[in-house]
Amino acid sequence: MASPTTAMTPPVAPVRTPKKRSRPTDRGLDRGFRYLAVWSGILILAVLASVAIFLIIEALPALKNPDLASVVPWIPADGNLWSVVGPLIFGTILAAIVSLVLAVPVAVGVALFISHYAPRRLASMLGYLVDLLAAIPSVVYGLWGVMVLAPKVQPVWQFLVDYFGWIPLFAGDAHGNASNPPRVLMTTALVLAVMILPIITAVSREVFLQTPRLHEEAALALGATRWELVRMAVLPFGRSGVTSAAMLGLGRALGETMAVLMILSPGILYSFKILVASQQQTIAGNIAAKFNDANDIGRSTLIATGLALFVITLLVNLAARAIIARNKDFSGAN
Amino acid sequence: MTTAQLTPEASALRTALTAVDGARRRKDRFMTWLIWGAFVLALVPLVSLIWSVLSNGLGRFNVYFLTHSMRNVYGGMDAGGVYHALLGTVLITAMTVIISVPIGIITSVYLVEYGKGSLARAVTFFVDVMTGIPSIVAGLFAFSLFYLLLGPQSMSGLTGAVALSVLMIPVVIRSTEEMLRLVPNELREASFALGVPKWLTIIRVVLRTAVAGITTGVMIAIARVIGETAPLLITVGATDSINRDPFHGNMMTLPVYVYRQYAAGLVPCTPGATDCIATINYDRAWSAALVLILFVMLLNLLARGVSRWFAPKTRA
Repeated sequence: MASPTTAMTPPVAPVRTPKKRSRPTDRGLDRGFRYLAVWSGILILAVLASVAIFLIIEALPALKNPDLASVVPWIPADGNLWSVVGPLIFGTILAAIVSLVLAVPVAVGVALFISHYAPRRLASMLGYLVDLLAAIPSVVYGLWGVMVLAPKVQPVWQFLVDYFGWIPLFAGDAHGNASNPPRVLMTTALVLAVMILPIITAVSREVFLQTPRLHEEAALALGATRWELVRMAVLPFGRSGVTSAAMLGLGRALGETMAVLMILSPGILYSFKILVASQQQTIAGNIAAKFNDANDIGRSTLIATGLALFVITLLVNLAARAIIARNKDFSGAN
Repeated sequence: MTTAQLTPEASALRTALTAVDGARRRKDRFMTWLIWGAFVLALVPLVSLIWSVLSNGLGRFNVYFLTHSMRNVYGGMDAGGVYHALLGTVLITAMTVIISVPIGIITSVYLVEYGKGSLARAVTFFVDVMTGIPSIVAGLFAFSLFYLLLGPQSMSGLTGAVALSVLMIPVVIRSTEEMLRLVPNELREASFALGVPKWLTIIRVVLRTAVAGITTGVMIAIARVIGETAPLLITVGATDSINRDPFHGNMMTLPVYVYRQYAAGLVPCTPGATDCIATINYDRAWSAALVLILFVMLLNLLARGVSRWFAPKTRA
């Protein structure tokens, strides 16, 4: 009925029109398979929506309770939800940023090493070695960090307190010492730095490898040394890539649980003393430490903090993706 | 002789052009050392970690350790193993794979073969978002979901598998999508030209061509989630006994076992007691960490092997 008037026209035209206009020309299994595919795509959206919805439902009792301090034992008296969430967010961000500061220079160095310094044949194998770091489970990092690394770094932290204690970050405790055993934020951040190193390296390496060949050759033709080539051609090209890699690493560091849970001695303070124990705690570490023993309202409070973590990592990751996407438009062209 | 005939200006020019700029050379040398140094520095934790896991873990790593649980093991007893944790990890990971691999593969088929317009863009975007969900938040989600559905008896292997699936699905989608996009369009068109319907083309041509890459991606995704600890800690809990039923009750898993043994700490032994090992819990933690790392390495190696074995014999 919908087909054109004459039956004399070649069959090509009428066939092409409906095919172009509406997709449901498929029948039977073809249509079934397409529905399956589309619904599975919708399922992904549903899962993500339900993550947010279920967290909010479970967090509501804590958000609505005006007198949380009387029912949740670890909220200080005369405090409210914000008086724990605030320091926790502070601790989470501080730990993530310190680990980022430790990881980014090394990661950029390793990425440059693999892309421009290592012998060609070794490069991919060496890259695989760094990727191995990503394969090691976080609980093993935690175990290694607290049993092997912590005793080794304590003298270094003590040195920092002795000679750089005038910087607020490296201030010592009441006796002017770094804590021993060093279950402090700095040790935790060091382990976190090792854990996020592979992802920052991997992304930066890809960007560095995409440096236009012509830029590099132009630099060499001007008589640049290898470092000058890197500084004039590779780093300017890769800057936004490294930024987004760092943001991805930040997102990972914000949510890491086990290393924090096993290494950090917790405290709920707004404190910059990263070499003193019992000052800060992260959201993830706090949840893992308290969740199994909490009562209903306590769990609800923890889920509310988890919701805050969810939102923070979401924002960081979105920012990272935005930088990557903005960069993609003109990365190949120039 | 020719050099002697050059005018002073010309020889000055020659020295300026051929002389090595010391400062630049030194800087270049310095940065080269620095960058090599960064690489060596990055390897230090890897080497130290693997060395300490091997040296501390090999001591208790034997058949007894792999085939016994922690039931009725207490104090500094020279006993106990990881069998229950091994079983739990295998069961929970298997359920995670059963949930997330079909969803992941079909979603990436949607994105590559069908996806156009705003839904596909939304799915791509939210898969990116899902990749960034912290593992503990995934655990909280699974816990909330089952707690609302089942009430206080909600801890089970299935809850853990759902939490891990939230983490695994986006990884599977990403890697599968990448592999499907590598399948040349000519293959699809050749199949359509022979009158093969689209669904059969996707299954027999597109997925068949990409199967090696997909399997590799799935293996690496498994290796990623098998070491997840935090979500399992809050959704599956822990137990000392063997639990073969992934739908009811707490289960032990390898990562949680490592954590619990570490958290148990040193055993206070009476001096002179011969049947009491003070560091037994730490020893077990290291050995379990060794088992876990072996698992992960095995999966990574298998993933590399699979991409060789499964690859179609001809290349486009």
